[in-house]
Amino acid sequence: MAQVVVVTSGKGGVGKTTSSAAFATGLAQRGKKTVVIDFDVGLRNLDLIMGVERRVVFDIVNVISGEARLNQALIRDKRVDTLSILPASQTRDKDALTREGVQKIIDELSKDFDYILCDSPAGIEKGALLALYFADQAIVVTNPEVSSVRDSDRILGVLQSRSKRSEEKRDPVKEHLLVTRFDPARVERGEMLKLEDIREILSIPLLGVIPESESVLRASNTGTPVIMDGESNAGQAYADAVARFLGEEKPHRFIETEKKGLLKRLFGGRAA
Amino acid sequence: MSWLDFFRGQRKEPPTATAAKERLQIVLAHERIGRTREDFLPKLQQELVAVVARYVSIDPGKVNVNLDRGGDMSTLAIEIELPAPSAMRVVAQAR
Repeated sequence: MAQVVVVTSGKGGVGKTTSSAAFATGLAQRGKKTVVIDFDVGLRNLDLIMGVERRVVFDIVNVISGEARLNQALIRDKRVDTLSILPASQTRDKDALTREGVQKIIDELSKDFDYILCDSPAGIEKGALLALYFADQAIVVTNPEVSSVRDSDRILGVLQSRSKRSEEKRDPVKEHLLVTRFDPARVERGEMLKLEDIREILSIPLLGVIPESESVLRASNTGTPVIMDGESNAGQAYADAVARFLGEEKPHRFIETEKKGLLKRLFGGRAA
Repeated sequence: MSWLDFFRGQRKEPPTATAAKERLQIVLAHERIGRTREDFLPKLQQELVAVVARYVSIDPGKVNVNLDRGGDMSTLAIEIELPAPSAMRVVAQAR
């Protein structure tokens, strides 16, 4: 039986799709059969971040409406063979998604995959609600910024009241906090919320901290999930988070400022 | 990158912004066409399968449609798995 994991945040632009792509790739790299579904119908972008935009033939709406079979719509990743992508539709609107349709897709995928990642759209409308409805676990992506933390709190409330697990009064959805775009130097200068503050306010277990990093833009430029950039801090931080997700103990890295000597101040670069 | 990198010679990797622009140009060119006319792929597939099924009994689940969108040219590959010759004869006799 597959685990359904929603990547959500409430707020837009905090790194849901970047994190979905990185996580799905990371799980697949560790041999887990993983599929990542784009729920942002009308504004699909996961295909670009995964670098498969030229190969999209059918999408989730085609499958729900019976125009294509699920295995025809799944795009198999050419870099990691245990990874598949189910794209969102670019032309239809969100009403094309139905709970019954999504249920059927998840049931069918459950037979073949270990993990089903649902990349949620921003907001708390239909697409976001459907993305989280079937979740067993949730990765809540949060920036160290007031509006993002507030929206994360809001989405946690939605997870606790409007998911299938909550409706059926089963064990609640397992929640994980993933802080992204974290900049220890700004925290040190008192310009950014501290990690402890975010943890205290949201009070859910911390899965990982992804540092602000130039490698994220480079990765999206080329359509390569940033976790494949093993030299970058962000790539390594995602790999750590995936390891923790699978139960390994890993100390958090990149959460404190690098102590720079005089030479490095003069000659050293920026965050990799 | 610090000014010292200038002396270190070549960058390790080429800049990625060009790749971003090229990818966007290709994907948007295709999407803009798609906006003005209906997506024909589902219907094309159904009709192709119907035509083939007139001659051979095929499993609709064993039809694969692959597309590679390019700047100058795109390739559409439709792969239909045909059953063993014995099964084909059955259809032919039935007609």
